[in-house]
Amino acid sequence: MTYQGIDLLALQPEERAQQGVFLAFQYPIEIPGVSNAYFLRSAFNSIRAARGQEEVDPLEFLDYMEKKLELVDMDVEMLSRSVNMGFSGGEKKRNEILQMAVLEPRLALLDETDSGLDIDALRIVANGVNALKRPDNATIVVTHYQRLLNYIVPDFVHVLAHGKIVKSGDKSLALELEAKGYDWLVEPQGALAS
Amino acid sequence: MTAPYLADFTTLSNNGARAEPDWLRTTRRQGIERFAALGFPTPRNEDWHFTSVSSIAEATFTPLRGASGQVAKSALEPFQFGQSDWPVLVFVNGKYDASLSTPASLATGIRAIDLSTAMRDEPSLIEPWLGKLSPSEDRSFSALNAAFMSDGAVIHIAPYIESPIPLHVIFVSDANAAKGVAHLRNLIVAGHHSKATVIESYVSLGDSGYFTNAVTEVQVEQGATLTHYKIQRESQRAFHVHTIDAKQARDSHYLSFSFATGAALSRTNIYTNLDGEGCGATLNGLYMADDEQHVDHQTNIIHSQPNCFSREIYKGILSGSAHGVFNGKVYVYPIAQKTDGKQTNNNLLLSERARIDTKPQLEIFADDVRCTHGATVGRLDEMALFYMRSRGVSTDAATKLLTYAFAADVLETIEVEAVRSELERATLERFTGSSATP
Repeated sequence: MTYQGIDLLALQPEERAQQGVFLAFQYPIEIPGVSNAYFLRSAFNSIRAARGQEEVDPLEFLDYMEKKLELVDMDVEMLSRSVNMGFSGGEKKRNEILQMAVLEPRLALLDETDSGLDIDALRIVANGVNALKRPDNATIVVTHYQRLLNYIVPDFVHVLAHGKIVKSGDKSLALELEAKGYDWLVEPQGALAS
Repeated sequence: MTAPYLADFTTLSNNGARAEPDWLRTTRRQGIERFAALGFPTPRNEDWHFTSVSSIAEATFTPLRGASGQVAKSALEPFQFGQSDWPVLVFVNGKYDASLSTPASLATGIRAIDLSTAMRDEPSLIEPWLGKLSPSEDRSFSALNAAFMSDGAVIHIAPYIESPIPLHVIFVSDANAAKGVAHLRNLIVAGHHSKATVIESYVSLGDSGYFTNAVTEVQVEQGATLTHYKIQRESQRAFHVHTIDAKQARDSHYLSFSFATGAALSRTNIYTNLDGEGCGATLNGLYMADDEQHVDHQTNIIHSQPNCFSREIYKGILSGSAHGVFNGKVYVYPIAQKTDGKQTNNNLLLSERARIDTKPQLEIFADDVRCTHGATVGRLDEMALFYMRSRGVSTDAATKLLTYAFAADVLETIEVEAVRSELERATLERFTGSSATP
């Protein structure tokens, strides 16, 4: 699995992050005792250090955070709470997007970020993802539903089945899938085996 | 190996240096007799099953009696929580140092003097309590302490006095303490409806090997609240045994915190007797040991009367080949109905060789009580570690941060902000080398 000329699978998780890869978790982990602010700053500075950039101090970082918080409609108070502790499902997902906004990855993977989200949270998450879109980065959204794609309009749609891309297209493919389901794309597993 | 101590006691008694009141001489004589009969505890003694004191028993320590230290005021700053204006009593190598102490800055109604002066000039400040709050019939080290007790802090808080500023007692050892033993005895009497904080620090300048054998007797009178912190940062080669015995009268509160990171071998006993209705006791602590360190805490919460509560959280972090021991007993007498007790001990093992022996015990003889206890031993949460690494944090930094986080909630129970932030800093530094609070 080559990314920017590097074998991603040969890297440690932290090295992947330092190379600009970001994975938004389907089920974000709770870390009691570590504040969101400290966690984010540690991550931010680790990635800066890996790129040969200077670390930022807590005050500079707080300034930097202000705009990022707005992006996901989060209160600054969330920064002093332990990472994901007592967060609702929606807050956890917003916290994932906040991390993405802070770390500014070149390649982001959102693993079923829409699962368990109500429509308001979904809109906030999608707005965040859209706002972070730039010519020099890419986001891979993994989902089963068109619902999320009403808010995050994809440039490309790929259908993955049994570990392989079985069909590719533009945003109209997602709408077609919504109407027709997946069956027509996927041969029964028994047929593949024979 | 009790012989050197017995010989030393005979010498002391014979040379007539102790022109002491009869009751004190009796206390000393009973102490040495009990020690002679008991000897040093062995692992066959249930309370010492996991802690061998052979390294103390087989060594020869010279009693530290004279003023032997030359400690500069500035050398104590790192131990003063950034609060140079707090009243402080300083003992250098077991001996009171008036030049480093500031009892004059104590709030009105609080009296603090050194034990040797109290023995000589004001025995009434000690006689009703000394040796009575902390019995030594079946405790070797306390008996030894009773025989030789030479110095320590005597603190009286008058009724109704509320002091927002803690009193800090610092026992500092330097190179001159090498191969010496200090038998320290402290007394704290919190008068009825008083409210105060006393901090005992046991610290070291340098890395000499010595033995601290301390006893602290505490009386918390009716309606009083005493906050009592013990901070043990002895040298990594030191031996440290300390027994705290508190007795609580009706409606009193005793809040204890024990922070232990130092010494080759340390043993802290904290006992509190809720001996009146409506009392509360909170016993919290954090111990951290590395390399070959041995750290042992024994607590005993005795519910003697009805309608009292006790809360206890102890946490331990053990790395290297360190050995931790926690033995927490909650004893509820038959008449102590409506007792509400909760006890927790959580341990984090950071290496394969680190070891913890934890034994929470409930002994309940009343039928209408609510008591819970639990102990855990675990390693770092692999998922949390992976999550942090996936955000670019190195394995090393993530490990240290999670380790700190494990300890954070028990440190948060320290109500005196300056003490809490210093201990948070010390803990974080131990695991991260940096000191910004997460």
